[in-house]
Amino acid sequence: MTVVDPKPARADQADLDKAAGRPEDAAQWTARLRESAVEALPPQKLLPDRQPAYVASWIYVFGVTTVCALIVVIATGLLLAVMGPNWWHVSSTGLFVNSLHLWSVEVFFFAMVVHLWGKFFMAAWRGRRQLTWITGVVSFLVSVGAAFTGYLSQQNFDSQWISTQAKDGINSTGAGAIFNVTNFGQMIMWHITLLPLCVIALVGIHVLMVRLRGVVPPFAAKGEAIGAESPAGSEVEA
Amino acid sequence: MHALALVVGALFGSIIDLNHPGHYIHWGFIQMSYANALVILLMIIVFLAAILIPFRSHKGEGR
Repeated sequence: MTVVDPKPARADQADLDKAAGRPEDAAQWTARLRESAVEALPPQKLLPDRQPAYVASWIYVFGVTTVCALIVVIATGLLLAVMGPNWWHVSSTGLFVNSLHLWSVEVFFFAMVVHLWGKFFMAAWRGRRQLTWITGVVSFLVSVGAAFTGYLSQQNFDSQWISTQAKDGINSTGAGAIFNVTNFGQMIMWHITLLPLCVIALVGIHVLMVRLRGVVPPFAAKGEAIGAESPAGSEVEA
Repeated sequence: MHALALVVGALFGSIIDLNHPGHYIHWGFIQMSYANALVILLMIIVFLAAILIPFRSHKGEGR
């Protein structure tokens, strides 16, 4: 006679819960990685409900505006990749999504430049935030490349004109041998795989660094002290 | 839908006529289209506005 466990799934989960607390498992790399990750970025720090009082300024909204624009860029880019050039050149919906892709890039760069100016004049690399600053700068540079290869991938006279104008500049740097702007296959691969992955990874690290080190405080006014971290009780809801 | 597109196109087309070669600023070795100069000007305006316009936080607590 076969004995059937009435709740096998729950029993398995109970075993896993029990195993998670075993001291002999603490030395495993999975346990150590999990614990160090949770210690560095606990959930309440990863997605906080409150921000320091000094964040209540319009200059602090341009970082998240850039991230929102990037989400629209990626979503519309995926749609364009699925449907193809005929769709984005001929159909009304395709033209609309193509325009959304272009204008979300415009918003992305607009917000990123204002964000950059704000952080530059705040010296946002203070307080062990060098990696936050550097990942932001590199994200900006890689995004320029992503946008450039996008203009080369439009499949129209504009992209032909840009590529033929750009080839002389790129060739004068010596990079033309490996980065051929008139090679459409190479440019579209850079545009839809390599550079977007780099931008997403860099922006992800940048945002995680902001969460890890906190938002940079403004410079103190004369005779006023502002610490690297906000004093207790001076926070506002996010 | 097509009629709507024609109306919208005519409306915005009458405001900004793009059916001509671009206009450029020549300043020494710097050459820039008016469109790009306008975007830079707008970014400066938005940057200054973001610093100067007060931000209304939730209930204004802790300020």
